[in-house]
Amino acid sequence: MSTLSERILGGPAGSYVDRVVDRAFAHDGTGVLAMEAYRQMGNPKPARPETVSIIYDHIAPANTSQTATLQNELRLFAAEMGFALTDIGGGICHQLMSEGRVLPGEVVVGADSHSCTTGALGAFSTGMGATDMAAIWAEGSTWFRVPETISINLTGRLPTWCEAKDIVLTVTGRIGMDGGTYRALEYTGDGATALSMAGRLTLCNMAVECGAQTGFFYADKTTQHYLAHYGHTIQPQKVEEGTYCRELSIDLADTEPVLSVPHRVDTVASVTEYAGTHLDQVFVGTCTNGRYEDLERFAHIVRGKEVACRTIVVPASRAIMQQAAETGVLTDIIAAGCVVGPPGCGPCLGMHLGVLGEGETALSTANRNFKNRMGVGAKYFLGSVATAAASALKGEITSPEGAI
Amino acid sequence: MTLSGKAVCIGADIDTDLVIAGRYLRTKDTSVWAEHVFEDLDPSLAPRLKGAVIVAGNNMGCGSSREQAPVAIREAGAVAVIAPSFARIFFRNAINVGLPVIECDGLVCADGSTVIISMEEGWVEAGGIRYPIRPLSPKMQDILSAGGLVSYWRNR
Ligand code: SF4
Repeated sequence: MSTLSERILGGPAGSYVDRVVDRAFAHDGTGVLAMEAYRQMGNPKPARPETVSIIYDHIAPANTSQTATLQNELRLFAAEMGFALTDIGGGICHQLMSEGRVLPGEVVVGADSHSCTTGALGAFSTGMGATDMAAIWAEGSTWFRVPETISINLTGRLPTWCEAKDIVLTVTGRIGMDGGTYRALEYTGDGATALSMAGRLTLCNMAVECGAQTGFFYADKTTQHYLAHYGHTIQPQKVEEGTYCRELSIDLADTEPVLSVPHRVDTVASVTEYAGTHLDQVFVGTCTNGRYEDLERFAHIVRGKEVACRTIVVPASRAIMQQAAETGVLTDIIAAGCVVGPPGCGPCLGMHLGVLGEGETALSTANRNFKNRMGVGAKYFLGSVATAAASALKGEITSPEGAI
Repeated sequence: MTLSGKAVCIGADIDTDLVIAGRYLRTKDTSVWAEHVFEDLDPSLAPRLKGAVIVAGNNMGCGSSREQAPVAIREAGAVAVIAPSFARIFFRNAINVGLPVIECDGLVCADGSTVIISMEEGWVEAGGIRYPIRPLSPKMQDILSAGGLVSYWRNR
């Protein structure tokens, strides 16, 4: 009887293990640093180049010639090493990894904190820094501390105006920003089984916001169906009763639309408490909520109407953007007066494509609302896609209840 | 390894965006990071870090995986960071870049007072009181004594 982390990493919670890394990836930001570390290590021959991806998403396309120069250097390096490079416009690294590049039971390391996202596929996926990434390129393996696990049992069904984002903000509020440090979160229960893959990815994406190494869903029929689309046949993972350091149970029927209030992700409040707050900008996208399902939900609410404040929508990947174009979802979003950005991180990290000005207030579907992150002197709330849509239409924080 | 320095007290849940803001990341010049370290938390901190021991609250270094955060602290001249708990990626990164990070409960920080750390004997001394520290795994100790993961790897 063991947790999924113990099964995949092959050791009891608390122990240190060395494990081969099945997939390793870095982006245009961390990739540059990892390249530097790799050179300092003496540019060794990479152990398993075929398992390494470099994905340009953070500042893609480049915003300055300095950025462009660093990106060029990394492009050449990736070619020299034989690493697969996804250049600008492909999408956010976590989304691309979820599009058929990660399978259940694998050990996956990304040089980005939200690498926990693909835990939704039943893989042990976690984030590390650039020097760890360089060492993984060289050796093909790294050490892990097998995490203790917090079990989160989801029961019931969400009200239509709520979504996975409301669940994960509620969970983050309950566990707190350091309540999950070094641990793993396992989502189980009939409420978890009923969630779509997009919803699962949203939940696992934010595991790191309470300090966790990763978040998990057991691979099941939904996972099988999802991965079949990418040509993979997989076996479901059996849920075993493990030893948990903490157990939470959430009845999804009790969920309400919530926000993370600036500047802490774990300060979670009901949307109604902040209703009427003026907004200068709304941003829909990121590795948390830039999936097709999210864009479709957003379009459903804004269709035939016009947004009342600056609204930026950024699909998480090219495949998502293409699907949204084919189904008309993108047309609805554009017709409602939104700005559509190229697939990637967009304004999430406050570097380009929608940086906030001093004194401005925004609502974003991202995962982090740290002080000054999206713009110096600005504040921003985190919420669901439906909350973002209802709020964009009014130019102020608005509950989606009744809008969908 | 015995380390000592003047305490610089900072709060809990200091995220890596506060350690070094995203707007300073588009360079490989580490002196830029050292110059702007903790700027959004308190701009007066950076010049005080030379030879300092940073004493933080819980969950030090939460947020992004940016390794520039511990590098900025190291380059600004801090000799170590002590906290009751660290965010996991920051902790790993700090060891990998050769910045000693020490998990220690109950230490009461008095800004400017001397803090002594004995890694071998496993204690921190502040205000005349010794506090036990949580030991690092043997591999982490080796990486730290080598001065970081790059030199550890080169020396293997
Ligand atoms: S979308 Fe935001 S949180 Fe996600 S990887 Fe990009 S910058 Fe990080």
